[in-house]
Amino acid sequence: MKEFFRRRKTSFTTGGQPESNQVPDDMWVKCSACRELVYKKELNDGLKVCPKCGHHMRMSAHEWLWLLDVGSFSETDAHLLPTDPLGFVSLDESYAEKLAKAQQRTGMPDAVIAGVGTINGGRLAMAVGDFAFMGSSMGSVYGEKMSRAAERAADLGIPLLTINTSGGARQQEGVIALMQMAKVTMALTRLAEAGQPHIALMVDPCYGGVTASYPSVADVIIAEPGANIGFAGKRLIEQIMRQKLPSGFQTAEFMLDHGMIDMVAERGQLRDIIGRLIRLYNVRPEPMEPLMASAGAYLNGRA
Amino acid sequence: MDETTPPTDDQPQELTPWDRVQLARHPQRPHTLDYIAALCEDFTELHGDRRFGDDAAIVGGLATFADRTVMLIGHQKGSDTRENVRRNFGMSHPEGYRKAQRLMRQAEKFGFPLICFVDTPAADPKKESEERGQGNAIAESILVMTTLRVPIVAAVIGEGGSGGALALSVADRILMQENAIFSVAPPEAAASILWRDSAKAPDAARALKLTAQDLYELRIIDEVVPEPDGGANESPQAAITALGARIRANLNTISQLDIPTLLRQRYQKYRSIGEYIEH
Ligand SMILES: [Zn+2]
Repeated sequence: MKEFFRRRKTSFTTGGQPESNQVPDDMWVKCSACRELVYKKELNDGLKVCPKCGHHMRMSAHEWLWLLDVGSFSETDAHLLPTDPLGFVSLDESYAEKLAKAQQRTGMPDAVIAGVGTINGGRLAMAVGDFAFMGSSMGSVYGEKMSRAAERAADLGIPLLTINTSGGARQQEGVIALMQMAKVTMALTRLAEAGQPHIALMVDPCYGGVTASYPSVADVIIAEPGANIGFAGKRLIEQIMRQKLPSGFQTAEFMLDHGMIDMVAERGQLRDIIGRLIRLYNVRPEPMEPLMASAGAYLNGRA
Repeated sequence: MDETTPPTDDQPQELTPWDRVQLARHPQRPHTLDYIAALCEDFTELHGDRRFGDDAAIVGGLATFADRTVMLIGHQKGSDTRENVRRNFGMSHPEGYRKAQRLMRQAEKFGFPLICFVDTPAADPKKESEERGQGNAIAESILVMTTLRVPIVAAVIGEGGSGGALALSVADRILMQENAIFSVAPPEAAASILWRDSAKAPDAARALKLTAQDLYELRIIDEVVPEPDGGANESPQAAITALGARIRANLNTISQLDIPTLLRQRYQKYRSIGEYIEH
C-alpha cells in the first residue's frame, strides 16, 4: 500500500478544486494537515473533512451549496461582473488579466455566489465566498452581492447566512474596496430592521477587511475547527512587529476563547445548527396588535 | 453634495502621489488635538472604553464648536518620537475604537453632532490587539456609525489607512485635505501584497488612487480642502482655519436635515459605492 502511494505522490492535489473528471490520479488527495493520502470519494462523503485527522479542507463556493436542501438553491445576481474602476497600474499582471485567470480557473465571474434556498425546509438567503478566486478578496462585486443578499433577506423576511473566507479588501480596487466594508454593514442594518438574523460562518482563512466588518458583528458567529481567523496576518505580526506567536494563535478556538465568536462547529454539524437557528429566530410571540386592541377595548369600556 | 468645492488647480502639479504620502505623514503636520485646540472652546477630553483601558492613539471629548456642543473623536499621532511611542503612532488598539463607540453613542444620546479626524497609518497589528478583537472593534465602529442618529462630518487630515481609518469615517460628509491620503492599505503594505516588494510603495501609491483629488473624482469623498503652499506642515494655522471653515459649513448644511432624511442619505451614499458591470 505504501509503495502505491509513493509512486503517485507527485500528481496528487489538495482540496479546494472543483470536481473534475474521474482520472485515476484524481482519486486520491493528500491532506495538507496530516500529509496522509485520502480516497477522494471517502473525503467528499465526509464533506472534505480528513478522515485521518479531522482537518477541514477548503471548499469552493459551489461546494458549499451542499449545506442547503437538495435542489432548493436558486442563484441571484449571477450577472454581476467585475471591472477595473481605478485603471489599476500594475507592475506585473494587470487586474484584467488576474480577473480573467481567476474566472477561467473557478468558472465564476467573481468571488461570491449568492442566492436563496432552504435548510431543513427553513428558508434563508445565502452568500458564500470562494478563496480560489483571488483569495476571495472583497471588491465591488463581492460587496454588492453581499449587500443585495442582505437586502433580499430583509425584503423576504428570512435569515441571512454568509460564509466568509477572505484575504481582505481587493487592493486593485483601492478605497472602493475598503468602502465595501461600510457598504455591506449598511445593507445589513436593513436586515436588522426586518427583525431577521445574520448568521456568519467563518471558514479558513478569514482576514483583513472581511474580519474587520460584517461577519464580526453578526448575530451568531460560527467558525470551523482550526480555521485561521484574524485581522492582521501572522506574517505581518511576526516579521514586521517582531512578536512571537503561540501555537493556536488566530484559530477558531482562539477566537472562541477570546470571546469573539459564538461557537466552533464541525462541518457535519452545520446543517443542524443553522437549521435550528433559523427556527429559533423565527418563532416569536404573537404580534402586538391584538393586545393593543384589547387594551383599547378595556379603556373604551371604562370611558 | 451642493456644498462641494471643486479642487483647486493652483497647487504645483509636479507633486506625485508618493510626494503627498510624505506630506500626509509629515511630523510637523497638525494633528487632531491641534485642530481641536484651535477650532473649539472648552474641550474636555473623555477617556477610556469602560472595558479594558484607555488608548492614547484615539482621543475624544466634548467641546464647543460653531456655537454648539459637539463630540470630537480622532486618531492622534505624536509630534515627536516620545509622544509617538506613547500614542502608538496613531495606530489604534481595540480599546481605542471601543472608546470611540462609547463617545459616538453618547453623542447620539444627547444629540451632539459628531466630528471625526482621521489620521492613522493603520489599525494596530500586534498580537495583543488580535487577542482583544481588533476585527470586531473596527466592525463595531463601522456599524455604530451607519445608523448613528446625529450628523457626522469626517475630515481626513493626514493618513487614512485602511480599516483603522474607516472605523472613524463612515460619515454624512467626508472632507479631505489636499495632501491627505486615504488608502485600502498603507502603500508599503499594498506593494508587498501585490508585488512582494514593499520598496515599490511609490508605484503602489500611484496605482491605489489614494490622493484627495483622485478620491474626489471617484466620488468617495465630498470635498477637497486646500492646504497652504508646501502643505499643512508649512503653515499649520492656515490649514487649520481652512479646514475648520469647511467643517462648519458642512455641519451647518447637514444639521438642517431631519434625522430620517440624514440616515436615508447616509445609507444611499455608502450603498452606491462600487463599480461593476450588470448585464
Ligand atoms: Zn488529515
